[in-house]
Amino acid sequence: MSKLTPPLPKFLRPAPRKPESDEAPGNGAAPGRADKLREEAGEKAGEVVGWLDERSGISPILRANLYRKVPKGTNWFYTLGSATLFAFVSQAVTGVFLAMYYEPDTSRAYESAAHITNEVFLGELVRGMHRWGSTVMIILIFLHMARTFVFGAYKYPREIQWLIGVVLLVLTLAMGLTGYLLPFDQRSFWATTVAVNLNASAPILGPYIADFMRGGSEFGAASLARFYALHMLLIPGLIAALIGAHLYLVAKLGTTAPPWLKADKKALGKESV
Amino acid sequence: MADKPPETSKRKPRYTLDEGAAGAFEGETVTRRRFMTGGALAVGGIATAAFGLPALGFALGPQFEDGTPDRWQDMGPESDFSDSAYVPRVMNVVADAGEAGKSTVYIRKFNSTRDDKRNDDLPYVAISTRCAHLGCPVRYIQASKRFVCPCHGGVYDFEGKVEGGPPVRPLDRFYTRVREGRVEIGERFSLNSELRRFSTRDPSNHLDGLWQYLYPARPST
Repeated sequence: MSKLTPPLPKFLRPAPRKPESDEAPGNGAAPGRADKLREEAGEKAGEVVGWLDERSGISPILRANLYRKVPKGTNWFYTLGSATLFAFVSQAVTGVFLAMYYEPDTSRAYESAAHITNEVFLGELVRGMHRWGSTVMIILIFLHMARTFVFGAYKYPREIQWLIGVVLLVLTLAMGLTGYLLPFDQRSFWATTVAVNLNASAPILGPYIADFMRGGSEFGAASLARFYALHMLLIPGLIAALIGAHLYLVAKLGTTAPPWLKADKKALGKESV
Repeated sequence: MADKPPETSKRKPRYTLDEGAAGAFEGETVTRRRFMTGGALAVGGIATAAFGLPALGFALGPQFEDGTPDRWQDMGPESDFSDSAYVPRVMNVVADAGEAGKSTVYIRKFNSTRDDKRNDDLPYVAISTRCAHLGCPVRYIQASKRFVCPCHGGVYDFEGKVEGGPPVRPLDRFYTRVREGRVEIGERFSLNSELRRFSTRDPSNHLDGLWQYLYPARPST
């Protein structure tokens, strides 16, 4: 175990042994029985944890990530990344459950979406969470990005994190675009038609990109299935993988101190100042 | 610079034997380790390509096939149409997409005194409702004899030429013919501002002057 691994937090450390005493004060019937049981249970739990740890070596990794030191001055703005992650997880979970009722077929999509809202138990709530959650996620991403920019947290050595974050932003916007079509009502149909034709307006390559999005030259059955597959499988998979890389770098490099914090000269040592 | 060692002394020896590789053979130029590494990479590459290329072709296939219906669609008897007013009809733009594959088309007789001579080979004028700006559905307003788009305010005149707003070219049309007294419409085509015909382009694609070369015809139309 490296020296950098933080020590176990207080509540996980084994308690020091109590001084032996034959008579518990004020309790004559079973002296220290509850204490003994508690101790035994603690030992058993410790055994299970030890068994897992011996085989996976997870404890130092978890300890390094959960109990690592953060810079002085860390504040609520630093929770925006976690908030975005939470929004993504909530989108993923509600999305999976919506997919249990949704049918990506041009003649069934609208009816199945209406069925979710009007008939399925709590369907309106789950669909609403997914629909509003998408907006919340995009707002949170921009706030997270603004925090990173204003605090200068994109600078050396965190450039890769910034770049991955930009790709994640674009992918999330692509999620918004592909998801907008799925209710398949008039608004989503025409909005997506306009969005695809906007892509077609780029010279030379544009019409080909539009053909790829539609799965042909006209908006039809293939287009809805395509948007559904992109929205369900390809883009979320990419987002999850990139979030993994983003978090790995956070764990490796740590967070930046806020820019208004002066270097602690005492901590740096007199000779290095 | 002058005491730079001669080039030949830096070059890797041609034979593994000269390199002093363990178990080298006489005349061998590639070590077995190197050969195995290359072989494993090559086999992995072939295996990846074996599923990757067909999958990619599968996803990109529709780019290269014409998915628009090539049959002629019956739009009603000739007596339904005049050369002074458009009659709306419902047509299939894409097969097998149900209601979503249908669209409105505005049809009138070709007016030889009023219409541009360029398209006088088509007996009827069938105007597509797909706006040439970004593809919203335009509506014909008889009182003003104009097509109007609800999305971004594109306005077209009686012939479908742009009169205002953002559209970059006139409204698309369909080929027309008459069979046994009934009007039929066929494939879609696009027009530039002089009503010269082009194969179908996407909305937003310019077709005038040099622009037409930036938006070439593509295999899917």
